[in-house]
Formats: sequence, C-alpha cells, structure tokens
Amino acid sequence: MGLRIGVYVCHCGVNIAATVDVEAVTRFALGLPSVAIARDYTYMCSDPGQALIKEDIKKFGLTKVVVASCSPMMHEPTFRGTIQEAGLNPYCLEMANIREQCSWVHEEEEEATRKAIQLVAAAVDKAFLLEPLEERRVAVTSAALVIGGGIAGMQAALDIANAGFQVYLVEKEPRLGGHLAQLDKTFPTLEPVAPLLAEEIREVEGHPNIDLLTSAEVIGLEGYIGNFKVNVTDQATIRELKVGTILVATGYDLFDARLKPEYGYGIYEKVITGLEFERLVSLSGSRKFWVNGKEPQDVLFIQCVGSRDKSVGQEYCSRICCMYTAKQALLVKEMLPQARVTVLYMDVRAYGKGFEEFYDQVRGEGVLYRRGNPSEIYKNGKRLIVRVEDTLLGEPVQLEADLVVLATGITPRRDSPKIANLLKLPRSPDGFFMEAHPKLRPVDTVTEGIYLAGCCQGPKDIPDTVTQAKAAAASAMIPLCQGQVKVEAVTSIIDEELCSGCGICAEMCVYDALSLHERKGVMTINEVLCKGCGACAAACPSKAIKLSHFTPAQILAQVDALV
Amino acid sequence: MEGQNLAQAYRLFECIQCGRCTGGCPMSLKTRFNIRRLIYEALVDEDMDLQSKEVLWDCSTCATCTLRCPKGLDPTDMVIGMRSILVDGGRIPPTIRDALKSLAIRGNPLTMAREERADWAEGLGVKEISEGAEVLYFVGCSPSYDPRVQKVAKAMVQAFKKAEVEFGILGNEEVCCGSEARRMGETGLFEMLREMNLETLERYPVELVVTTSPHCYNAFQNEYQGLNLKVQHYTQFVAGLINEGRLPLSKEVRRIVTYQDPCFLGKQNKIFEEPRKILRSIPGLELRELDRSRERSLCCEGGGGRMWAEGTNPEERLAHTRVQEAMDLGAEVLATACPFCLLTLEDAAKTVAGEGGIQVMDIMELVVEAL
Repeated sequence: MGLRIGVYVCHCGVNIAATVDVEAVTRFALGLPSVAIARDYTYMCSDPGQALIKEDIKKFGLTKVVVASCSPMMHEPTFRGTIQEAGLNPYCLEMANIREQCSWVHEEEEEATRKAIQLVAAAVDKAFLLEPLEERRVAVTSAALVIGGGIAGMQAALDIANAGFQVYLVEKEPRLGGHLAQLDKTFPTLEPVAPLLAEEIREVEGHPNIDLLTSAEVIGLEGYIGNFKVNVTDQATIRELKVGTILVATGYDLFDARLKPEYGYGIYEKVITGLEFERLVSLSGSRKFWVNGKEPQDVLFIQCVGSRDKSVGQEYCSRICCMYTAKQALLVKEMLPQARVTVLYMDVRAYGKGFEEFYDQVRGEGVLYRRGNPSEIYKNGKRLIVRVEDTLLGEPVQLEADLVVLATGITPRRDSPKIANLLKLPRSPDGFFMEAHPKLRPVDTVTEGIYLAGCCQGPKDIPDTVTQAKAAAASAMIPLCQGQVKVEAVTSIIDEELCSGCGICAEMCVYDALSLHERKGVMTINEVLCKGCGACAAACPSKAIKLSHFTPAQILAQVDALV
Repeated sequence: MEGQNLAQAYRLFECIQCGRCTGGCPMSLKTRFNIRRLIYEALVDEDMDLQSKEVLWDCSTCATCTLRCPKGLDPTDMVIGMRSILVDGGRIPPTIRDALKSLAIRGNPLTMAREERADWAEGLGVKEISEGAEVLYFVGCSPSYDPRVQKVAKAMVQAFKKAEVEFGILGNEEVCCGSEARRMGETGLFEMLREMNLETLERYPVELVVTTSPHCYNAFQNEYQGLNLKVQHYTQFVAGLINEGRLPLSKEVRRIVTYQDPCFLGKQNKIFEEPRKILRSIPGLELRELDRSRERSLCCEGGGGRMWAEGTNPEERLAHTRVQEAMDLGAEVLATACPFCLLTLEDAAKTVAGEGGIQVMDIMELVVEAL
C-alpha cells in the first residue's frame, strides 16, 4: 500500500481561523503530493473532529496523518490516541503548530496564512519519512516506599500494605508518630491522642508487609516510575531498596516564635507555644496544671503567630491554630474553672466538620474571645503585659497574664530543600512540596511515581491528613496494580558501526541511560531510562547516535520545506 | 474623595483590621491617635475630614505600626500622606510651620543662621571636606546648633582624632537631611533638601559618610535614591574602630548604664548590636538591659516633627516612663545614640529625677570618658 497522507486544519474556534485563512491552507495541502485528503474543522480535538479523522483513515486508507492546530504539548497525546483507535501506529502522526507559533503571534492575515502553509508543508514532508515506533512497557517492582512515619505516612503505609503490597516505611526519628505523638487531645472531639496513636503504631509495627526502618534517612534515589532504587541509611549501614512508587509524607516544622521578637518568646518563660502547652497539660494528667508552682489566674491565647503574616514571610493560614487554640482554651477552663481565659484573634476560621459547633461550645464554657491581634508583650513586675487593641472597642488595652500561649503556625520543614533536591520535587511559593495540579492531581507530583501526603504539601489537620494519605496510597498503588508502566518510545539509537566508544554521550546524558559495552567497545543505551531528549545525538562527534522520530532525514525534510 | 485617594495610594484595601498597628503604637498609650481606625475611616468614609484631626500630629513616625503589619502595609507613610494634605491646606501647628519655614530658608529647623552651622567646631582643628578626607562626618542640625548635642559632636571629633580617622565636615555647606521635613508632610521641601545634599556630596569623593543622628542615617540609607556612597551611623563606625583596635578604651568608667534603642536606629534599621558592643567595650561599665529593648523598645516621642509639636497630650510623656524604667533598673546613666532621644530623655530626667539623679548621655560621651 502506497503512502497516503490526510491533513486536518483546525479553526480552534476563532483562535486560528480569525487570523489564518484555514480554507486556503486546506486547499494548499490538497495539492501536495501523496495527500489523499485535506479538511478544515471548527474543533479538530472535539469528538466529531476526531471521528472525522478516524472515518477518513478507513475510507481513504490513510497511512500518515498531519494535524495543523495547537502545540503538540496540548493535543499530541489526543491525536495519537485517535489514529491508534483507527488502526494506525500512534507515531504516524505529525503536528503543525499553527496556533501558538502562528495565529497567536501574528496579526496580518496574509502573512499568517503564508506561514501556516509553510508549517503544514514542513509537517507533510516530515510525515513522508515517519516510521512506526513500538510503545514498550516494563514490569513494575511490586513495592512502595513511604518517607515519614507520622500519621500520614503510617496511614498510607497501612493502606498499601493491607492491599497486599510490600511497603518500606522510613522514619528519621527513633519512634513513629511524628507531631501527633506530641499532642494531648484532638479537636473538636477532645479524644485522647495516646490510645489512638498506640493502636496505629501497633498495627504498623506488626504488619507482615511493612518493613519499618526507624532512625533512617533516604540519601539517594535513581530510576523511574515502576523501578526506583533508593538508598537508605541508619548512619551505620546503607541499604538499597527497590520500589515501584514513592510516597512522601515528611511533615512540617512549627513556626519559630523567636522570629516575632515583639512577643518575647525565649525571653519570658511564661510565654509558651501551643505545642509546649500540650506537654504542660499532658504531664499533669489533664487534671490541673501549674505555672511556677501556682495555678495561673489569667491565661491568654494569641492566634496567628507566624500565620497570615507577610512580615515574617508566612503569607498563608496554617488552618489548625484556630481550633487547637479553642481546644486548649477549653482545657484550661475545665482544669482551672476559676481562671480567666481569653483568646485574642483577628478572625476565627471554623470551617471543618463540627468546628463551628465546637467553637460555640468553647465560648459557652466561658472562654472570652476578644478581637485584636496583640502587638507586644512586656513585663510589669512579675506579670506579663500584653498590649493589644480591642478592635471592636477601638481601644488599645494592656492585659495582664500569668501565662501566654502562642498559636504558632505550620512551616515547611527546614530540611525540605534537601528532600526536594533528592526527589526532584518542585516547591510552591510558600515552600511546601507542590502537587501536580491543585484541583485534579492534588496528591501527584510532576515526577511520575512520586506522591504527596500530609503537611509536607501544605498545612492540614488530622482528618485532612489521613484523607490525603489514603488518596496518595491509592494513587501510589495504581502502577503496582497494573504491574507494568509505559516507557517512552522515542529513544536514541546507536549505530555500532560508527561508534568509537568515546563516552561523550554518556557525559551529556542526565538520565544515566548510556554506558560502554565492555566487550564490544561501543556505547549501549538503556531504552527504559532514555527519555528521548536528544542531547547525546547532538553531542556525538561520530554522528553515531540517531534519535527516533527526530532523525536527521526527518528534520532536514522539514527544514527543506520551510526555506 | 480624600478617603478614596488615600485608600488607593496606601493599599488600604489590603488591611485586615487586626489591630497590630494600634496595639504597638506608642502614642496609643497616651492619646486618641488610633492608626487602625484612621485606615478604616479612609476606607469607608469617602468624605473623610482630615482637617479636624489634630491627633495626626501626635505620630512620632517610629514606624512600629509598619514593622508589625502582617500585610506589608505602611501606615506610617499614610500618616505622612495625611499630613501632606494638612500642610497643603495650611492647617498646621504654628511651631511646625516655623520649623518648616526655617528649613526652607536656613537649611535647619532650629531657626539658626546658615553661616553659623560650623561654629561648634571652631578651635577643634576639624578639616573641611573640601580639603580632602576619606570619611565625611555628616554632623546634622541638632549637633550643629543645640548646645547640649554639640557636646556629642565634639566627643565624636575627639574620638576620631584619637583613632586617627582621616575625616572632614561639610561646614556651612551642610544642610538638613530633610528626614523631619518629609515626616511633617512637606515632601517638596524634603526633595529640595535631598537635591542640595546630593549635589554637594557628588563634589567630594569620600569613601564613607558617618552621621551623628539615626534620622540622617535612615534618610541617606533608605530615602536618598541616587546616593552611591556608603553610609554608616556612628555606632557602626565606632564599633568598627574598636574592633580593629584603632580606638583603645583604657580608662575605667565605673557606672551602671542602660541603653535606649532609638527607633530610627534599632526598629527601623536593625542596628541593635553595635551600640551594645561599644558600651561593653568600655572597661568598668556595667550594661543593664531594659525589659522593653531592641524590637520592643519604647519611643521617646522625638521623631516625626515631634521636637516641634507637643501633640494632644503633653502632660504624659513616654520619656518620663522610660527614665523611670531606667531608674528602676538601678541605672546611673541612660545612654542613647540619637540627638532627639538625648534631648527628650534628658528633659524627662530633670523632671523625674531632678539634678544629681540619673544622667542621660550619648554613647559617644561615655566613649570619650574612657579614652
């Protein structure tokens, strides 16, 4: 069967058609050798548009397809799928970008149309030389790595393990539990943390599918989705783990209250953080507590310390402080009914299930909420003075206190640049690890096979953390369930006749895909690792490397058509 | 319309009314000046009447509100903008008017003659910068004319000579840096003074400008766009001299000293260590810290034109509080590093402690005692 090419020119609504004379482009394409059919259509990517291509492939016996539309970044996967469904090899598609590279950047219709014609001509000439490529699949290592043994990491590890896969759970500290282990009770149910956590830890430690590595750190990563090799050290030894997917649940650090010197944290021992308060009440068995041997009479809580605060580079809301403060204020009221308990706030954000009801309960128990974020703490004799404007009265006041609790916010872990670098994870402007898409891919990362859970992605409370952990675990299990993953069909090919084995290509390759074949004395390529970037082909002094789908002959044909 | 214009100019729509500005404002301790409320009024009241707001002259532009604002707004600048409107409308306290007039005519706010600016240096053998020197000592208005602050300038000269610093002064060519003019709402006058100083400074190829006042330092460092000279406050420069061993402090000064952080040095420019480093280098001197120090220091009320305006509550003075705090600490000397702090605190010390009570001194005066 001879070469028969179909050309499809997209209007993209008015995006292309308003600037480019799409009919003229189509007429031109029809006149090109081997072009069996050329059409234009409002939206080529729409279902009817794709149906048009599929029908033509059958009707005209097309062997190659050229789509003149948007960037291949946008719809190359779409149209590859289209022609594959009609029985063609997906690599028998060539795209001419007449939107981003033509209609969007030119105003003159005549000029834009001429350029679109040239781009189509070049695509058709390349299409002559396109060769079918084989899409390959590789087997997936049936195990997952979970980094971080807080509540997110533990939950994710349990879900994956319960589904029947091997899990390596790596925790930096000697014990599991993360920040949760430092809390006394949860909001809004006031459930004691200790039994809850003990149960979770017991399950993890006893699970036959979980290999627990505590006091351990990930120090090296290579490979790709389906086949990662991870080096983990416990300081004494280095262990190499082979896993198919990786789940990152490294948690957070608390905001350092010393960065807001106006509150005197670190100077006054009666100014403490929320986490220190947890320890104070949990030591006392939640019955009573003392500050310097005395029951405090006036306890003040300050919200938003290191949250929503550009002056310390923390623009975001930490999401947990409103409710943990409400919880702690209530605990004080329960333990010391005589104490005056005041929460100084700027907004109360009670958005979660049962939160507003809990906030009502706390106020009902006699906790006073005064609107105004304090500006300064100093001392008058032995008592602390908190300077704040009661913004509802419109009056600055100086409140005396025996104990001040700072609701310090959540920050990215101080070692997150290191982890980001190791796992090649981008971070969002707030410093947390960035999800692949905020709406549709909230637990994926841009690196295939690596997923996020918990506060390493952004502040969240326990239910949200566990929800995300379960979601990330489910995503991380998809490749494990499939048992194999697709790998790039566009790869470099080495001509062993021409290769001198000099190794320049291996130096250029960022994927470590090239190595010297000891016996043959020439370079060989690992087609699974190769991402088809072409750096080696450009660098090879002997012109021994060719990149499939972008061969010199194909590129020169395109250039010839353009000039 | 005024409110709307201010809201646009100072990004007031971004304010979340948290109250940190007013809660930290030293004036809110003693007057009805409420900066958060001013922001809110500007937002909601299109016809905001500034003319009746006498409290606007209470602000000492210490900038605590700006530093504490969690949304990166600059309420201090808004007050200055509001004052500009008052100045344009001619509604200003007579003492402020006189200071501004003197600045425009004589280049200083103290109604002193231009040609008497360098009189304090007579007989001290101080070079004019036109004769060439590495360091330009920018004296400032109060140290040039005020008999109390002249002592600080003279101490500076004594220390520089001891350390063999190659320095000179601008003499009668020096004019006010304009910091206070800007803060009293006279932006045009500030720009004129800046232009004059920039022109003068361009003529002399010095390596470094050293100022007596944190206010001059702040203006040069942060408000003189186009100034390509290295500028230091004297505490930075002198701490450097001590570090390099160029200024040996050999005599014991057996005194208990506490230190007032000037707002324009500490809060606004984060120079906290150098003044303390100098004090600690003086043998025999015991430095005690005030509870409210460094970022939490209490303003003396001398900035933002307040040297020439009493404000709406002249009876209560924060300087009195400060002197009392220093006395409670058992300090014999309340030291500072700013001409305005020196004058306001000394004034307060006379009332609170009387003659023979706590002494208010500039750090430089303690340094020369140790020479």
